[in-house]
Amino acid sequence: MLSSLAAVLFDGFAYGMLLFLLSVGLSVTLGMMNFVNLAHCSFAMVGGYTTVMLMNKLGWPFFATLPMAFVTAAVIAVVLERVLYRRLYRATDLDQCLLTIGIVFISVAAFAWFFTTEQQSTRIPEYLRATLQFMGVNFAVYRVFLVVVSLAVTGVLIYSLEYTRFGAQVRAAVDNQRMARGLGINVDRAFMITFALGGGLAGLGGALAIEIIGLDPSFALTYLVYVLIVVAVGGLGSIGGSFAAAVVLGISDMAGKYYFPWLGAFLIYLVMVGLLMWRPVGLFGKR
Amino acid sequence: MLSTKKLNKRFGSLVVAKDIALDLPRGVRYALIGPNGAGKTTLINLMTGMVRPDSGQIFLGGKELTSLRPEARVRQGLARTFQINTLFPQLTALESVALAVLERQGISRVWWKSLPGYREAIDEAHDILVSLHLKTVANRLTRELPYGQQRLLEIALALATKPRVLLLDEPAAGVPKDESAELFAAISGLSRDLTVLFIEHDMDVVFRFASRILVMVGGRILVEGSPEEIAGNYEVREVYLGKARHG
Amino acid sequence: MENGRPAASEYFQRQVRWHPLEYAVWLAALLPFVLTPSHLSLASQIAITALFALSLDLLVGYAGLVSLGHAAFFGMGAYTAGLIAKHYWGEPLSVLLISGIFAGVLGYAMSHVIVRFRHLALIMLTLGFGLLLHEAANSASALTGGADGLQGFKYTSVLGFKFDMYGRAAYAYSLAVLFICFLVARRIIHSPFGLALRGIRENAVRMPAIGAPSLSHLRKAYTLAAVVAGVAGALLTQTTSTVSLEVLSFGRSADVLVILILGGAGRLYGGILGAVIYMVARDQFSGINPQYWYFWIGLLLVAVVMFLPNGILGGLSALYKKTQ
Repeated sequence: MLSSLAAVLFDGFAYGMLLFLLSVGLSVTLGMMNFVNLAHCSFAMVGGYTTVMLMNKLGWPFFATLPMAFVTAAVIAVVLERVLYRRLYRATDLDQCLLTIGIVFISVAAFAWFFTTEQQSTRIPEYLRATLQFMGVNFAVYRVFLVVVSLAVTGVLIYSLEYTRFGAQVRAAVDNQRMARGLGINVDRAFMITFALGGGLAGLGGALAIEIIGLDPSFALTYLVYVLIVVAVGGLGSIGGSFAAAVVLGISDMAGKYYFPWLGAFLIYLVMVGLLMWRPVGLFGKR
Repeated sequence: MLSTKKLNKRFGSLVVAKDIALDLPRGVRYALIGPNGAGKTTLINLMTGMVRPDSGQIFLGGKELTSLRPEARVRQGLARTFQINTLFPQLTALESVALAVLERQGISRVWWKSLPGYREAIDEAHDILVSLHLKTVANRLTRELPYGQQRLLEIALALATKPRVLLLDEPAAGVPKDESAELFAAISGLSRDLTVLFIEHDMDVVFRFASRILVMVGGRILVEGSPEEIAGNYEVREVYLGKARHG
Repeated sequence: MENGRPAASEYFQRQVRWHPLEYAVWLAALLPFVLTPSHLSLASQIAITALFALSLDLLVGYAGLVSLGHAAFFGMGAYTAGLIAKHYWGEPLSVLLISGIFAGVLGYAMSHVIVRFRHLALIMLTLGFGLLLHEAANSASALTGGADGLQGFKYTSVLGFKFDMYGRAAYAYSLAVLFICFLVARRIIHSPFGLALRGIRENAVRMPAIGAPSLSHLRKAYTLAAVVAGVAGALLTQTTSTVSLEVLSFGRSADVLVILILGGAGRLYGGILGAVIYMVARDQFSGINPQYWYFWIGLLLVAVVMFLPNGILGGLSALYKKTQ
């Protein structure tokens, strides 16, 4: 009883870490530019399919594909930002939604065309497939690996945000864009880099997700809702908020599926609606 | 007519209003002057309800407004204009003013009758535009109007609410000198019953059109008086007018 | 008496007057009976979708709100119409009215929560409510039939005209309802309330400053839009005698938004134009894999947002102005 609870908590935490990787980029870029990018999970798909292609077609080892997933997604994010997104920074919410939904549709179809709608899988190294036994609970090594990677990424993010000059620029731009520009900060450049990093992280998340939640072209839409929930509930522009919201969502979802399977996703949506009504800017949002 | 008692507001450690106590009688033209950042626009925001004070009270004609929402205060007779044009870009000038008239009359909740049936409201809106020399552009879209006429439309919208007190936030902001004369002539042509407070930086305008002057510095009312008293006030010269001399 | 006053009213009268083109549009709507009698069920679908899009236009085009969950009201109307026929009676007109009212009540209730929010919170709440209702209907399969949809009822006729496989009665019914609701919508838009909605859209900050109770206005807009959407949903149920879970899906909410934007929001006829184009195109390409269909829709969305932000009607109107 207790061991299954511990298992659910751990699996939920690992799932939450994955959601965090997928969401943190969107949270920061939304906080900076208020640009509603519903195509964020398409970047995750890019990362996932990059890994699949490198591993299955070119025989690369798993770990080597991860940086490539990050880079490919980051590059595509920048291209999209430079070519399309930057023209719509002052457009209405509706226009931004529609543009990015359009891109989601295009990406879903494009990946279906090139990779078919089948579920993709990865050949992760043997030692990652094992399970650890600790205090009578089974911990999948891959999930531990996932948690370790996510915590490392979180650490790097927080460090660079707090202690580097670039991080200070990002924080300033999130806090008050006009003021930041007035101080001479090149907000557009900072945004472009942040957007690339966020997209890259989503790509990394997408690659890591294959083993846990699979990958097919509908990924961009299915997980968009979860990512949006994490961002909205956590608060725009807040790394800590995304972290907290992702953990809560991950554990709730796991617990819900395990203990109340008949509720389905109902619980998640209800919690989100309730939380947003209570605190519309999210748990850690400002304004 | 409009009075405040010990109005206080701070944003974090920045004090934008400290113990503001005003009493504006009926029909008087007040100018509110002070250096940038003194809290003048914030004061208007506090009085109209766009910002909630930390403490203090606001009264209009003896009735307390402090707990009322902004739209309720407008219905009590307190109207304002904005320093940056806050208009309806895709509505015509006439539509904009008519909307304000209809809101005042409580007719805007009617969804089952057509607008042409409300002749009185439309005529009233038209008359307001005429009084501000906007008759010729009544049917032009707001976003097509030249800047000076947009500033006049700002005032027209506020007038349509039939206020008892009118707060004008830098009505001539961005308007070239030759056009602002017409704007202030329109303001001075307003009803004698109307209490008007306007924020202004141009001292010529202030001394010509205001019968009383309030000087605000660092969130506090420094001094209040007639134009002559203010012009002769040493403190004011030091803090505000004198800055030009010392550079 | 100031001169210029007659001219002032004249402007508003001109807005309300029917343009000759409008007569042409509605007369053309009768053509399918003569020109394409074998495609009348498609024509019914178009009319129903157009009505749905019209209801969304009130929110998006006139009040300036974003809604990613409008299918909630459509589905509410659809299920109500199905459930009443299954358990009580199958007279279409009375059920249509009741379904609209039920959807309106839902809209009224939701509006108290929704109108207080903007931007991402608003997007998320509308999305969330839509998903919640979809999940609830999915789970409550005893009532709704769950993923299989609601079955076991039939609408046989309306006002004595049988719903046959030619679809004549269905199209006539749908078209009539669409027209009536259109007249109502036209009234709303040219009313003082319609002007107030446009004011909220144009500058939400200025509205309280002229004494406008914006939240009250928005709640009313939501309720009215919900009623019309519910009527559209009920119409679908009555002309097809089925209700599928899909009526509450995000896909339907997204589709109607695309349709409205394609035609042009805030222009009364945008939803109708968008519905015609979208449904005819979808019918023509019905053999295509749905994934690839959405590729072209995605491309269309990007193109419209980048190059034709006011939709086709907006583009035509701009073109017309240029040639003046």
